[in-house]
Amino acid sequence: MKEQTNILIIDDEEVVISSISKIATLEGYSVDSVLDAFSALQKISSSKYNLIICDIMLPGMDGFQFLAELESKRIDTPVIMTTGYSTIENAVKSLYTGAIEFIPKPFTVDEMISVISRGIKYSSIMKLRKSNDDSILLVPCPAKYYRLGYSGWMNKDNDGSVLIGATDSFIKTIDQIKKIELLSTNEKLTQATPAVKFETEDGLVHQLYSVISGIIIAGNERLINEPELLEKDPYFDGWIYRIVPTELEYEMKLLIPCSSDRS
Amino acid sequence: MILVRKIFGKISLKLIGVVSVTVILIIGVYSYFNVTSQSDVLLAEVERHANQLSESVKNSTRYVMLLNQRDHIQEMINRIGKDPAIDNVRILNKEGEIIYSAHPEDIGKMLDKQAESCYACHAENKALEKLPIRQRTRIFKTHSDSSRILGIINPIYNEKSCYLADCHAHSENAKVLGVLDITISLTEVDEQIKQNEIREILFAVIAITAIGFIIGFFVKRWVDHPVRELVNATDQVAAGNLNYIIKNLSTDELGTLGKSFNNMIKKLDETSQQLYQSTKMASLGQLAAGVAHEINNPLTGVLTYSSFLLKRTKDNPQMQEDLNVIVRETLRSREIVKGLLDFARQSTPKKSSIDVNDIINHAIAVVNNQLKLNKVNLVKELDPSLPKITADANQIQQVFLNLFVNGIDAIGQNGGTLIVKTSQISLSPRGITQIKSAVCAKTHSLIDAEHKIGGMPSLRMKIKSNGNEGFVNIDPVYGSYRHYFGIAYDKNSSVNLACPVCDISFLDKNSKCPKCGGPIYKFQIPNQGFLEGCASFKDDWQKWDFVDRAGEKKFVEINVTDSGCGIPPENLNKIFEPFFTTKGQRGTGLGLSVIWGIIDNHNGSITVESKVGIGTTFSVRLPQQ
Ligand SMILES: Nc1ncnc2c1ncn2[C@@H]1O[C@H](COP(=O)(O)OP(=O)(O)OP(=O)(O)O)[C@@H](O)[C@H]1O
Ligand SMILES: [Mg+2]
Ligand SMILES: [Zn+2]
Ligand SMILES: [Zn+2]
Ligand SMILES: [Zn+2]
Repeated sequence: MKEQTNILIIDDEEVVISSISKIATLEGYSVDSVLDAFSALQKISSSKYNLIICDIMLPGMDGFQFLAELESKRIDTPVIMTTGYSTIENAVKSLYTGAIEFIPKPFTVDEMISVISRGIKYSSIMKLRKSNDDSILLVPCPAKYYRLGYSGWMNKDNDGSVLIGATDSFIKTIDQIKKIELLSTNEKLTQATPAVKFETEDGLVHQLYSVISGIIIAGNERLINEPELLEKDPYFDGWIYRIVPTELEYEMKLLIPCSSDRS
Repeated sequence: MILVRKIFGKISLKLIGVVSVTVILIIGVYSYFNVTSQSDVLLAEVERHANQLSESVKNSTRYVMLLNQRDHIQEMINRIGKDPAIDNVRILNKEGEIIYSAHPEDIGKMLDKQAESCYACHAENKALEKLPIRQRTRIFKTHSDSSRILGIINPIYNEKSCYLADCHAHSENAKVLGVLDITISLTEVDEQIKQNEIREILFAVIAITAIGFIIGFFVKRWVDHPVRELVNATDQVAAGNLNYIIKNLSTDELGTLGKSFNNMIKKLDETSQQLYQSTKMASLGQLAAGVAHEINNPLTGVLTYSSFLLKRTKDNPQMQEDLNVIVRETLRSREIVKGLLDFARQSTPKKSSIDVNDIINHAIAVVNNQLKLNKVNLVKELDPSLPKITADANQIQQVFLNLFVNGIDAIGQNGGTLIVKTSQISLSPRGITQIKSAVCAKTHSLIDAEHKIGGMPSLRMKIKSNGNEGFVNIDPVYGSYRHYFGIAYDKNSSVNLACPVCDISFLDKNSKCPKCGGPIYKFQIPNQGFLEGCASFKDDWQKWDFVDRAGEKKFVEINVTDSGCGIPPENLNKIFEPFFTTKGQRGTGLGLSVIWGIIDNHNGSITVESKVGIGTTFSVRLPQQ
C-alpha cells in the first residue's frame, strides 16, 4: 500500500522541503514538492496525491487561499498545514477552513512522522468511505457537539463546564493505544495546543489538541487503565477532560458544529 | 498709512478709527455749544452795557434838551462818540430826521423808516410805545467785510416837562418825541469769540489725539499682542512645531482663546504621538513575525537533521550525547521564538461582551495586597450605568493590572492615593473612525495592507492625471487627509480615480464637491453605505452618511490617577516604547507597550498626563458596542 502513497509538499523554503521529504521518504512514502501554491494546483490537476503538506505563508497565494481553492475545485485530498509564524489563530483558522491537521515549525522528526501517519490513515479511510466500503464504520459526533478540525470534540454541560474528548475519526487514524498521558487537574489548557499524549502500539506518539481553552477540573482516570474505552465509546464514557472554559464565547465561533456533518 | 498699519495692525486700526470718530463727534458737538453759549453771554454783556450807556446818555441829555440848548447837546454827543468802543451816537426825531449825531455830516439826513434802526419800532407800521430791550437791539454790518456792529435804540418819550418847556417844541399829544440810537463796534467781542473758538478747537484736537493714543496703547496691549501671538502660534504649528505654547495668557476672552489653542495643540501632539507609536508597534510586531518565520524555517532543518543523526548513531554513545545537546538546545530556541511571537503578536482580541467595572474590580482584587503593603488609599469612582463593551476580558484586565502596578510603583513606600474612575463620553466620528474595508462596484477590495497611513492599511486607487498614471493611497481615517500620491499630481488638472483591479471609475458624475465644486469620488464600504470625497484633493471634504448618521461615537473612558512621582516631560513620549523603563532590573519596560498594543487592537486610545511630584493620570478610551 505504501508504494502508491504520494505526498505533496508545498513550502517556499528548500530546507523545510528537504526536511519533510527526508522524514517521509525514510518512512517509505513517495514525495513531490513545489515552492508555491499555483504550481501545487497544477501538480494536483495532473497527478493524484494521498496527502498535502502546505505552508501557510507562501508567496502569491497563501495557505488559506489554497485551501479555499481546493474546496472550490472539489478536491478532497487531506491537507496538513505548517507555519513558521505559529499562532493559535492560524492553527484554528486553518482547521476551520478545511485542513485536517496543523503542525507548527520547527517540528521534531517524531512529531512529523505521527502527523503524516495520521494524515495518510485519514486519507485512506475517506477513500474507503467514498467507495462505500462498510468494513470501516465511523461513529459520527453527536449533533449538539462541536469539533476542532476532525480530531477533538467539546460538549457544553448544564453546569457551565465543558467536556472534551477525541473523535472517532481521530482514534481510527492511530494504532492501538498503549498508553495515555493526561495533564493533572488545575492545569490550564489553551485552544489548539497539545492536551493529551497517546502512545500507540506502532511506537508513535500522538498529541491531541485542546478544543477550547480552560482550566481542567477533572481527567477521566478510567482511561489510564482502559484506553479501549476511547474506541468503544468516544463521545460519552470515553471523555478525556472536564474543564471550566475561559474563552468559550469567542472560541466557539471557530469550531465546526457536528450537526453540519449530517447534511 | 502703511507704517501706522504696521504699528497697530488692522483690527486695532479699525478700533482706533471707530473710537476716534465717536470722540470727534462728541467733542465737536460739545465745543460747538460751548462756543455759541460763550458768545451769547459775551453779546448779552455788551448789550447790557450798551443799554446802560444809552440810558445814561438819555438822562444826561435830558436837562439840556429841556433847555433846548442845541449846541450843548451836540457837543455832548460828540464827546461820547469819541469813545473808541462807540461807533456812533445819534438822536432822531419822530419823522426820522437825524437831529444830532457824533458824525456831524449826517445831521439833517432823513432815515427811511425801513432802515434797521427804525425797523423794530415800525415793523407793524404803528408807532411804538414800550419795547423790551431784546427788540431794541440789532446786530448788523455796514459792509459785508466790515466788523459787526451792535445798535441799540432808546425811544425818548413825551413828558409833561417837555410840552410845558419854554421852547414849546413838542405838542402835548405826541407820545414818542424821538429816538436815541447808539451803535457799538463788536470788533473786540468778535475777537474774543474767535479766540474762544480757537481754544476750543485746540482742546478738541489735543483731546482726540490723546484719547487715540491711550486707546491705541491699550488695544495694542490687550488685542494686538495676543492676536499677533495667536497668529504666530498658528504659523508655528503649521510649520510642524507641536510643542509651541502661548505664554502670558490674559484673563479675558482672548486669553481663553489662547488657552483653548494651547489645549488643541496638546491634543494634536498627543494624537500624532499615538499615530507614531501605532506605526512603530505595528512594525515591531511585523518584525517579530518576520524574524520568527525566518528563524523557524532553519530551525526545522536543524531539528530534523540532528534527530536523524541521533537515530543513525545509536551505536555511538559519545555522538549521541552531543547530538542530544543540539536537539535540546534547538527545542529551547523553539520556545524562545514562540515567546517572542507571543509578545509581539498581541494576539487579535477574543472579544465578548464585558463589564469594565467588573474587570476593574477583578484587577483590584489581584493587586490588593500590594495596595495595602504600600499604604495606598484606593478611591473607586465607577459609573454604575456604564454600558457593556465588546472586548477581550483578559487583555483589558491586563491593561488595568499594568496601570495599577505602575501607579503603585510610582507611589512608592510612603503611601498615597490611587483613583480609578469610569465614565461614558461621546466623540465625533470624524478623525477617529477607521475605514476598514472598501470595494469597487465589482467588489474588488481597495485595502492596501502594504502601505499604511497612521499605522493602518490605506485604500489604494489608480489615479490618472495629466496623462500620468499611478496610485494614490487614501487616508483610512474618515475625515483625515494624509493621502499619499504615488505620482506627481497637479490639483488643478482633471483627474480620474479607478479600481486598481478592474479599472472601473470611482468618479460620481452626479455630484460636486460642496467645498470646491470639483469632482467627487464615491466607493462602497461593505454593509456601511458609501463614502464620498473631494476627488480634486483640493480640500479634505469627505462624507460617510452611515457613520455620520450614527452620530457621535460613544466611548467608555477609564481614568487611573496616582499621587506618585510623576513622569518628567522628556520621558512622556518614550514610556510606551518597549523596553523603556526607569526601574532598572525590576522592570522590563514592556508593561505600557503591551497595554498600548491591546488598546490599539480594540480600536481604543490611551493618553497620559503627568506632573512631576504631583502624580499621573492615564486615560483609556474604549469604543462602546
Ligand atoms: N504611573 C506612573 N507614574 C510614573 N511613572 C510611570 C508611571 N507609569 C509608567 N511610568 C514610567 O514609564 C516607564 C515604563 O513603564 P512600563 O509599565 O512600560 O514598564 P515598567 O513598569 O518599567 O516595567 P514592567 O511594567 O515591564 O515591569 C516606567 O519605568 C516609569 O518610568
Ligand atoms: Mg509597568
Ligand atoms: Zn514559509
Ligand atoms: Zn474593481
Ligand atoms: Zn473639493
